Amino acid sequence: MANPSQHLSYDYTVAKWFMFACILFGIIGMGIGTLIAFQLAYPELNNIAGEFSTFGRLRPLHTNGVIYGFMLSGIWATWYYVGQRVLKVSMRESKFLMFIGKAHFVIYMITILLAVVSLFAGISTSKEYVELEWPFDIAVVVIWVLWGMGIFGLIGIRREKSLYISIWYYIATFLGVAMLYLFNNMEVPTKLVTGMGSWLHSVSMYAGSNDALIQWWFGHNAVAFVFTVAIIAEIYYFLPKESGQPVFSYKLSLFSFWSLMFIYLWAGGHHLIYSTVPDWMQTMGSIFSVVLILPSWGSAINILLTMKGEWHQVKESPLIKFMVLASTFYMFSTLEGSIQSVKSINALAHFTDWIPGHVHDGTLGWVGFMTMAALYHMTPRLFKKEIYSKKLMEYQFTIQTIGIVLFFASMWIAGITQGMMWRAYDDYGTLTYSFIDTVIALHPYFIIRAIGGLLYLLGFFMFTYNIYKSITSSRSIEVEPKSASPMQA
Amino acid sequence: MFSWLEKNPFFFAVVVFVVIAYAGIVEVLPAFAPNARPIENRKPYTALELAGRHVYIKESCNACHSQLIRPFKSETDRYGAYSKSGEYAYDRPFLWGSKRTGPDLMRVGNYRTTDWHENHMKKPVSVVPSSIMPEYPHLFKKNSDLETAYAEALTVKKVFNVPYDVEGSTKLGTYDEARKMMVEQATPIVDAMSDEEVKQAFEPCRANALDSKCEIKEIVALIAYLNSLK
Repeated sequence: MANPSQHLSYDYTVAKWFMFACILFGIIGMGIGTLIAFQLAYPELNNIAGEFSTFGRLRPLHTNGVIYGFMLSGIWATWYYVGQRVLKVSMRESKFLMFIGKAHFVIYMITILLAVVSLFAGISTSKEYVELEWPFDIAVVVIWVLWGMGIFGLIGIRREKSLYISIWYYIATFLGVAMLYLFNNMEVPTKLVTGMGSWLHSVSMYAGSNDALIQWWFGHNAVAFVFTVAIIAEIYYFLPKESGQPVFSYKLSLFSFWSLMFIYLWAGGHHLIYSTVPDWMQTMGSIFSVVLILPSWGSAINILLTMKGEWHQVKESPLIKFMVLASTFYMFSTLEGSIQSVKSINALAHFTDWIPGHVHDGTLGWVGFMTMAALYHMTPRLFKKEIYSKKLMEYQFTIQTIGIVLFFASMWIAGITQGMMWRAYDDYGTLTYSFIDTVIALHPYFIIRAIGGLLYLLGFFMFTYNIYKSITSSRSIEVEPKSASPMQA
Repeated sequence: MFSWLEKNPFFFAVVVFVVIAYAGIVEVLPAFAPNARPIENRKPYTALELAGRHVYIKESCNACHSQLIRPFKSETDRYGAYSKSGEYAYDRPFLWGSKRTGPDLMRVGNYRTTDWHENHMKKPVSVVPSSIMPEYPHLFKKNSDLETAYAEALTVKKVFNVPYDVEGSTKLGTYDEARKMMVEQATPIVDAMSDEEVKQAFEPCRANALDSKCEIKEIVALIAYLNSLK
C-alpha cells in the first residue's frame, strides 16, 4: 500500500465532543476552585448557598471537576485525535469503534452529571479523589473499559506497525488507572448486606492504616497516571508536530518511560511519612520519590531538547511557549515533589499549604498549559479554521503565568510559615502559637492565592473565547498545516 | 527487545502492567494483617457515633482537619499522644486527612465539650475568634440517618467480623435495641445542648425511642462522634 495516510480522512467527532466537555468542565472546576480559595480568606462566602456552598462540599467538586472533568476530557480529546493519526487508521473505518467512542462520551457525561449531584448532596466515601460512591464507581469502570476497547480496538486495526511513544503512555494511563481505581474502590454496599438504610452507602474493604495505604497508593499514582503519564503522551505528540522537530532522543524516551513505570508506584508512600504505616514503607516511599527525579527529568529534558536549534520558535509562537513552559513546570514540580518527600522536609511540609501549592504548580503549569496547547493545536485541524487571535494567546499566556507564580509563591510562604509556627517553642518550653494564630498569619497569603487562581481562571476564559471565535468566525484553511498552527494576527 | 515490544501491543501492555503492579505488591501486602489488629481496649463505634461519622464525612470535615498525630513533641504537646496503627482498626474509611486548615481532631474528645462543639458548629467565631470555619446551621435541622448507621455496623459485623455484641465490646443488637441505645447515648448530649429545636425534636424519644416522631438531629450524632475521639 502506498502511503495510505494521504488518503485517510480522520473522523474527529468524538475528539470534538471531548474538547467541548474539557472546556466546559475547565470553567466549572476552576471556577469552584477560585471560589473556595476566596472562602479561606473570606469565610462569609461559605454560606452563600446554605449547606451546598460550604468549603467541605465544594472541595471534592473542585478536585473531581478539574481532574476527571477537565483533565480527563482533555486527555480523551487528544486520544481520539492522536490515536487515529499515529496509528494511521480512521475511526470512520470501523462502525464498532465509532459506536464505542460515542458510548464512551455519552456514559461519561451522564456519570459526571450524577457525580456532581451526589457530591453536592454530600454523598461521599471521603477518600480524596475517589469520593464517588459505589454505583458511580461502577459507571466509571464502564467508561474506562469502553476507553480501553477504543484504544486496543484502534491498535488492532492499525496500519502503522510500530507504536509511537505517545501510544505507550496512553496504554500506561489506561492500565495504571484501571488497576489503582479497582483496588482502591473495593467497598461493600451496606444495603446489599443488611437490606436496611441508604442504597448509596458503602463501607471500605480496608480499615485504618490499610485503608490509608491503599488510598495513597492510589492517590499519588492517580497523579502519576492522569496528570503525568497521559500528559507526557500529549506533549510527545504535539510539541514535535507543532515545532516540526523530531523528538530529541529515542533512547532517552525509552529510559524514562520504563523507569517511570517502575518507580512511580513506589512513591505513594511519601504521603504516609510519620504516620502509622511501617517505617520501611515510609522510607521506601521517600527514597523512590527522590529517585523519581531521573525519569521525570529524563522526559522533560528530552522534550525540551526537541527544540534544540529552534528556540526562536518560542518567541514566534505562543503555542510553543505554552508547551515549553509546561515542560519547565513539569521539571520544577517534580523537583519540588522530591524535595518534599525527604523525611525531615516532609515533617515540616506535611499538612501545610505548601502541599496544595505543589499540586497546583504541577496541575496549572504542566497539565493545564499542555491541555490548552493541545486544544489550540487541534482546533485548526479539527475545524479547518485558523486560530482567531495570536495576541489574545500572548496575553492569556502572560496572565496565567503570573497567576501560577502568585499561587505557588504564596502557598510556599504560607506552608513554611505554618509549619514553622506549629513547631515553635518559647524559652519556657511551651508552644509559642495557638493554632488560630497560624490561621490568622496566613490570611494575606490566602488572598494572594485566590487572586492567582482568579487570574488563571480569567486566562481560561480568554482561551475559551479564542477557541469559540476560531471555530465560528475565523478564516478557513484549505490544506491542513504541516507544523506551526496558522494564526490570525 | 524494546523495538519488538513496540510492534506487539499485547505483550507491551502485559510488560507495562507487570512493571507497574510490582511495586504495589511489594509495598502494600506485607503489613496488611498486622495493620488491621486493634490496639488493646479499642472498641468499635456505637451506631450513633457511626451516624455522626457519616455527618463528618458528608461535610468533608477531613478536608480541613486531620486525625493523625505525628510523633513530634510539638504535636503531642498540642494534640495528645501520637497515633498508633491499632487505634484505627475500626476506621472504615480512615479519616487522616492530608491538610490542616484547622487543628487535628484525633483526640478532640479529651479537651472539648458538648456545648463547645454546639457553639462551634453554629457560629465558629463565638468560640474561636478569627476562625475561618464555615457555619453549619443545617446540622441543627436535619435528622441523622440512624438506619444507615445501623446498617453499616451490621455490615462490618457480618462481613469483617468486627466484634460487636461480644463480651466487653460495643453492643449492637437488633435495630430496635440499637435505637434504644442511640437514644440513651444521645440523651446526655441533648441535655448539655441549648438549641431549642434540637431539644424539642428529641422530646418524644425520651418517652419511647421507637416513636416515629423521635428525632435525633445530625448535630447530636456528630457531637457523639467527636466526643468519642480520644
